[in-house]
Amino acid sequence: MSADFLYGIEVIINGLMAGVLYALVALGFVLIYKASGIFNYAQGVMALFSALTLAGIMSGQVPFAHLINAIFGTEIHHFGWNVPVLAAIILTLIVMVIFAWCVQRFVFRHLVGQEPIILFMATIGLAYFLEGVGDLMWGSDIKTLAVGLPQGGSLWVEDATSGLGGDDFYGFFIDKLDMVATVVAIILVAGLIAFSQYTKQGRAMRAVADDHQAALSVGISLNFIWVLVWSLAGLVALVAGIMWGAKSGVQFSLSLIALKALPVLMLGGFTSIPGAIVGGLIIGVGEKLFEYLIGAPFLGGATENWFAYVLALLFLVFRPQGLFGERIIERV
Amino acid sequence: MTTDATPYVTEDGRQIGGVMMDLRDITLRFGGVEAIKSISFDIREGEIRAIIGPNGAGKSSMLNVISGFYKPQEGEVHFRGKKRPPMKPYQVARQGVARTFQNIALFEGMSVLDNIMTGRMGHIKSNMLAQAIWSGKAQREENENREAVERIIDFLEIQAIRKTPVGRLPYGLKKRVELARALAAEPDLLLLDEPMAGMNVEEKEDMSRFILDVNDEFGTTIALIEHDMGVVMDLSDRVVVMDYGRKIGDGTPDEVRNNQEVIDAYLGVAHD
Repeated sequence: MSADFLYGIEVIINGLMAGVLYALVALGFVLIYKASGIFNYAQGVMALFSALTLAGIMSGQVPFAHLINAIFGTEIHHFGWNVPVLAAIILTLIVMVIFAWCVQRFVFRHLVGQEPIILFMATIGLAYFLEGVGDLMWGSDIKTLAVGLPQGGSLWVEDATSGLGGDDFYGFFIDKLDMVATVVAIILVAGLIAFSQYTKQGRAMRAVADDHQAALSVGISLNFIWVLVWSLAGLVALVAGIMWGAKSGVQFSLSLIALKALPVLMLGGFTSIPGAIVGGLIIGVGEKLFEYLIGAPFLGGATENWFAYVLALLFLVFRPQGLFGERIIERV
Repeated sequence: MTTDATPYVTEDGRQIGGVMMDLRDITLRFGGVEAIKSISFDIREGEIRAIIGPNGAGKSSMLNVISGFYKPQEGEVHFRGKKRPPMKPYQVARQGVARTFQNIALFEGMSVLDNIMTGRMGHIKSNMLAQAIWSGKAQREENENREAVERIIDFLEIQAIRKTPVGRLPYGLKKRVELARALAAEPDLLLLDEPMAGMNVEEKEDMSRFILDVNDEFGTTIALIEHDMGVVMDLSDRVVVMDYGRKIGDGTPDEVRNNQEVIDAYLGVAHD
């Protein structure tokens, strides 16, 4: 096999793995949109916030330290301990569940039955609020998230595949973190699907997504389901936050990954979990392959920044419901 | 008016027990409009109780009060001898009150089977994790619930459409699926809001038969709203008649049929 062909395959593999990370973010959007019709602009900030919280808890930071010091004139910043990864993840999850409950109790409970645009505006407010809280709680400095995930290229894969091509080919370069992210994403998605198909709460979730009145009449509490859905979105945000945070450090620009999820959703459809996965993979592979084959040689490179949006635009024109979304049918 | 609540046996041999639900001086307002004006009546165990009246009489509002969708401003609801505190609809449902809707509220995206399974929500006790990993106990429970649902499917003769998404069904069958979902909960009290509206004669006969069979075989207490007088008189043990939010008649079909006020409300009356 020629080296060029093999490098093309490497690009595709790396694209697939980047796509997994996009899909992780998109998944959070789909969960909430399906169950409550809310397009949650704050999903990216939730990923940021959960990563901040995890990093803060692990390093034993005192939450709201600046605020406390400013009011009481104290000088506390650290508890002086380090929390082990697993315990910190569980604590962060608890924080995300509390957040979910607060969102439902103080925001969306009062907006039941409102226009989608109003719900959307509320999530924009929520995004900025959460960003502010994250800053106030943990400070605005860039944090490293050392959760013990492997980094760098996998030598094993490189060695195992170096014999495939000629002298020009040195084996596939695949980031170990991307491999971990892929495995975690697969487990997460399998878990979510098992949950929504086989459990009573999952069935209730689908029921609420379909018809509120009918759901009430069979004994489903809407509030409980919505808190549950926001908690799940918090879990997905945490996983996305860990992966992205481990890759590029926990910084406030992390919340912008939400923008990368938009083209993924337009491709996959806002209402489909498999759609979010496939959409993420297509965008991931598409932008890497486009850069490799057309962007770098002919267009001067840096096409990865805009390729996804152009692809999404094409989808909006020709298939607005996405690949797996519910057909948009207007009955007269 | 029937006031004593001694159990008795009907002509066709069904047991009618004591008072199951007692509504006392219910008043419901929407802004300045009084939809229900101080109405009292009761529903007894094992009976088929009809609520009739012209359009806009407040029948559906009454059913919504019973099922917790509306909260009356005044009056008390007593259920199984206890005063019921203000409740959310899902809490009422968990107490064993199932209902159908006038305009059908089904989960359109799910199959008939899944729709009916949602009715079993209150009968699933094992925890989330056990269900997700398909543990032995959870699986047994799931199988039991599936069997119960299959019995109802057989009973209502909808085997042929088990796997069909509800959105694709014609109106008459949707009504039947909605009844199946309500039955799946094995309710003590079943509320039917115009179960035969918009049906042709044949479908109405089927539905009447199902309602009678449910009452007879499962002993389910039924309260229903219906427009078709013939159907109501055939089906029900006792009838409440409403007009403009007031109760104008209450009793057996024969008593109600001969009540002058009821005749006036239905046929119109000359104002002199």
